[in-house]
Amino acid sequence: MRLRFTLLFGGVALATMQMAVAQAGALRLPRTVEAGSAFSIQSTGSGKATLYIVGPGQVLRRDVQLGETISFAPGDLHNAGHYFAVLVGESSRDQSSTDQSSTDHGVFDVTAADKPAALSFLAKPSRLPVGLHGGISGVVYVFDTFQNLVLAPLPVSFQLSEVAGGGQRQTVTTRDGVAWIKMDSGPKEVAAQFVAQAGSVSAARVIQQVPGNPCSLRMNARRSGQRVMLETEPVRDCVGNAVPDGTIVTFTETSSAGQATVDVPIKRGIARTEMPAYNGARVSIATGVVMGNEISLGRE
Amino acid sequence: MKRAMSISGQRKRRTTRTLPLIVCLVFTALSVLGSDGPAVRVAPTDSVGPRTLEKQTQTAVIRDYLEAWHSLTVAFERNRPDLLDASFVGTAKDKLADTILDQAKLGIQTRYRDGSHDLQLVFYSPEGLSIQLLDTVEYDVQVLDHGKLQTTQHVRAHYVAVMTPTEVRWKVRIFQAKPE
Repeated sequence: MRLRFTLLFGGVALATMQMAVAQAGALRLPRTVEAGSAFSIQSTGSGKATLYIVGPGQVLRRDVQLGETISFAPGDLHNAGHYFAVLVGESSRDQSSTDQSSTDHGVFDVTAADKPAALSFLAKPSRLPVGLHGGISGVVYVFDTFQNLVLAPLPVSFQLSEVAGGGQRQTVTTRDGVAWIKMDSGPKEVAAQFVAQAGSVSAARVIQQVPGNPCSLRMNARRSGQRVMLETEPVRDCVGNAVPDGTIVTFTETSSAGQATVDVPIKRGIARTEMPAYNGARVSIATGVVMGNEISLGRE
Repeated sequence: MKRAMSISGQRKRRTTRTLPLIVCLVFTALSVLGSDGPAVRVAPTDSVGPRTLEKQTQTAVIRDYLEAWHSLTVAFERNRPDLLDASFVGTAKDKLADTILDQAKLGIQTRYRDGSHDLQLVFYSPEGLSIQLLDTVEYDVQVLDHGKLQTTQHVRAHYVAVMTPTEVRWKVRIFQAKPE
């Protein structure tokens, strides 16, 4: 109770310190109020009136005694925005609907708290090849505890880390509540953690880094009677990650009998098949845009 | 002579046929020019961050943002939060709907009339899922308490809006005034 009173009193005192005459007239408004904090409005004169505080973000109405300080408790006005306050005398309120006889009015702003409380973090894509320059993008919108966009500049750190401990880290300052970055995917096939942090608030996404295209392709041949057994060495991308199983490798045999082609999916990092062993035939291998070695089959 | 008369008759018939069309077009043009829609100015968008903004996208975003103001106007005047659905989503919709519910509880209606928008598109996110714009808007607000007009105020404010694409249009996800 004492704490609540202290907070209320402190908030009112702070708002009072910021107070300035916002418009001509007797309604003294704070120029800005932090969302959700206590504040007060000073009226002058005598009699009863109604105070309206109006904006798309919130609407408040208070019956007031003119000449008194009108206090608003913490949380009363919690949506950031531009508000106007109008004090309408009681006699004016009861007049016909065409009459507008508001007495005093003024405008003020409610600003988001500077301390971030929530992040809206968009990270794309969720899966991409290793070693891709600028392949990962992150966008962060920073909100306060009342879901107001924090428009004051704030540093946001982005970190892309891999299990092994490597990674990238960059800090970007928000502009109008938003910060963004582009990062390169790492060299390792791994589920990387992409973390955005503003103040003590953070949000994490997982980016699956998958191997890139096969980089070099080599096969070995072993003749067995009328057949030749063909088998690749482990197929890897340019930084040494094993290419995923299921990637298709094409074996092509060209001989006097014509051309034969076999498409084989990689299993456990290796593709293997067998083909007829024609004397003098040439066997080549390819996957995607990568050509491998070529083997000539001699006489047995 | 007969031929000349025939041509003259054809011209007369053609004129009779086209005149209402011309009158209709002129009337439509005059009514559009004379309509009380807001004046809209869009600042040139040389760079909006990491993604190129196509002209078609820019046109759609501005059209849908102005449409959102219209939805807001009608929803606040009738105290009908459901009328926000067409143009707002997420936080923006929740907050505006709460305000309308508060208005209804208090017996208040507010009439917003946007007079002008000075728009600037400032950020288009790399994945294309959000566009941020700044709007210096001037509008009049009337406050009615239990049907009685209490005040009319002219307001000039700076708004930050974040739009996100939905099935058929861009909707406002964040809608917040920013201090001068």
